[in-house]
Amino acid sequence: MKVSRRVFLGNLGALGAAAAVPDNARAWESKAPPAPYGCLVDLTRCVGCRKCEQACNEVNKLPEPEMPFDDLTVMDRLRRPDHRSYTVVNRYYTGRLDDRDRLAPTFVKVQCMHCQDPACVSACITGALTKKENGTVHYDVEKCIGCRYCMAACPFEIPAYEYHEPITPRVRKCTFCYERVEQEGKLPGCASICPVEAITFGRRNDLLGQAHARIDNDPAKYVDHVYGENEVGGTSWLYLSGVSFAKVGFHEMPTEPMPKVTETIQSTMFSYLWSPIALFAALGALMGFTSRRSRSKEDDHDA
Amino acid sequence: MTHDPKPVKAPFWTPGTLVMLAFMAAGALTLVFRYTFGLGGVTNLNNHYPWGIWIGLDVASGVALAAGGFTTAFLAHILGRHYYEAVTRPALLTAALGYTFVAIAVFVDIGRSWAIWKPIFYQNHTSALFEVAMCVMTYVTVLWIEFIPVLAERLGSRIPLLAFLDRILDKTMWIFIILGVVLSCMHQSSLGTLLVIAPTKVSPLWYTPMLPLLFLTSAFAVGYPMVIAETTIATSSLRLESEMNVLSPLSRFTILTLGVYMALKLGDLIMRGAYATLLDGSPQSNSFLVEMGLGVVVPWFMLLFGTVRRSRRLLFAAALMIVGGVMLNRFNVFVVSFKAPYATEPYYPAIGEILVTAGAVATIFFLYRLFVTWFPVLSARRQEV
Repeated sequence: MKVSRRVFLGNLGALGAAAAVPDNARAWESKAPPAPYGCLVDLTRCVGCRKCEQACNEVNKLPEPEMPFDDLTVMDRLRRPDHRSYTVVNRYYTGRLDDRDRLAPTFVKVQCMHCQDPACVSACITGALTKKENGTVHYDVEKCIGCRYCMAACPFEIPAYEYHEPITPRVRKCTFCYERVEQEGKLPGCASICPVEAITFGRRNDLLGQAHARIDNDPAKYVDHVYGENEVGGTSWLYLSGVSFAKVGFHEMPTEPMPKVTETIQSTMFSYLWSPIALFAALGALMGFTSRRSRSKEDDHDA
Repeated sequence: MTHDPKPVKAPFWTPGTLVMLAFMAAGALTLVFRYTFGLGGVTNLNNHYPWGIWIGLDVASGVALAAGGFTTAFLAHILGRHYYEAVTRPALLTAALGYTFVAIAVFVDIGRSWAIWKPIFYQNHTSALFEVAMCVMTYVTVLWIEFIPVLAERLGSRIPLLAFLDRILDKTMWIFIILGVVLSCMHQSSLGTLLVIAPTKVSPLWYTPMLPLLFLTSAFAVGYPMVIAETTIATSSLRLESEMNVLSPLSRFTILTLGVYMALKLGDLIMRGAYATLLDGSPQSNSFLVEMGLGVVVPWFMLLFGTVRRSRRLLFAAALMIVGGVMLNRFNVFVVSFKAPYATEPYYPAIGEILVTAGAVATIFFLYRLFVTWFPVLSARRQEV
């Protein structure tokens, strides 16, 4: 019994060591495209007309809304994008006053942020979600199995699900109007229609330049923060605001890309399947050793 | 010690098995609704809470509780401690049934059940779920291969294929035994990696990059307690001898494995300073206290005493607490700790979700009894009454 326990301890130690040996530790590298498109949303310009919601609905051929797009009372409650609407505009009263001392609303358009290193893309079991060269986080229903890991992983809680489809539910979210942008050279539906130029479409780097220029030119008007510049390692959708982001539905996010830790763990442990192979070899050797020992014991017994 | 597994000669249709049948029927009926009205028809899942108890209990806890299979195989077959072979077959059966139902739970939970084969061809290697899925898929196969000799002993004369496979396996079984342990280590840990990608959503009481290691070590720790708990239930339900001669020494290993897990878990909690919220009375901190207190610390101290390890009742109690603790840990990580910042109300499992889960558990119990009645799984002899 004593010997066996020592062997057992030793083996547990070996297991632990096998689990702790780092691979030739390649540092995690971002897979973000170098010059993606993006949209800059200037919350100080948005007037809450919901034209972007309507354009999105038409471009993406989404179902009729429950309330017409010119009905602004839907903003009496906060909404989230869902399987019938890829973008929604919410209204916040933050205590900000307009020039006649009335409470002034802040309108916030919500949609997929098209992260530079998206958690959903990293998590997706089949690669149904991919980050395209032009910045789009693209969904391919043909590969989707409906595991909803993308939804669990998304820090912005964007992917929505067709929960009442029994057989062929889809994950639904802003498409960044991928085909329209890529093949027709047009702007995303929402950006093309905005009557007050609250949404600017362009290369992400240019948009960041513009955003900081707007802050520098009018520091009293803006908080000094471009949301999406560094959040979760950067997003293709960027926001400028005149009020604290925390007050208008934005959550504080880590600046590290979400997949960094998990991808580091996975690639350290499983690149070239080195750890399972090593463990298999170690256990095989151990098994060979113990069975030989027990056989020789039997021989002693027989003799 | 001789062990000679034989089919149990006990009446199959008892009030217990009929109750199981009732739960199974209720679960099956709910599944009809699930495939008629969608996941939304029978679950409380929504865009904020995409994973509920079918993932948190049926899959995550199910995988952990099947750890008896690979831990006993490691001890008896790889370390050559043949003394413990008496419990390898029931542990193998539990693992095979458990994993089969994990696969079924995944099948039911994913929206496109018919597409469940797709990860084999569309592979995303950055996904921890991909690794879990591949391992579980392979491991279910390996477990049933390991079970072929048991089936062949009973049916080999009637089904020549079984006898043929059994003869091949005679020489190659070692490959599958080792493969089973390797696959278990891989996916038990990767199961812990799953929610590491959501640092803003998982409560700091559980969120740590160490989750894979904690899941792996807790799987090691729960293996033998699970064998102790299930053997005690089986032997008392079937009126067999208690097998304490195997279970008592088996429990000593758990002092080490559970101790390692406890040290890692508490060490991690202290290093990250996450204990600060431990006494704030929130559902999360209460659940954490129950998980660690009743599920780890108390049973660990209990096992230190020889009187506990030799007493059937006390050992069963300690084993059950450890099993419950690890189950609760998985449930906590996947359900209790998961907080969606934009959700307006928390997730509670719907009656439909509970019925399916209860139906699955009942089916496992039912099939376990069916298998031990038909096939040579249990070594314990019938008690003289």
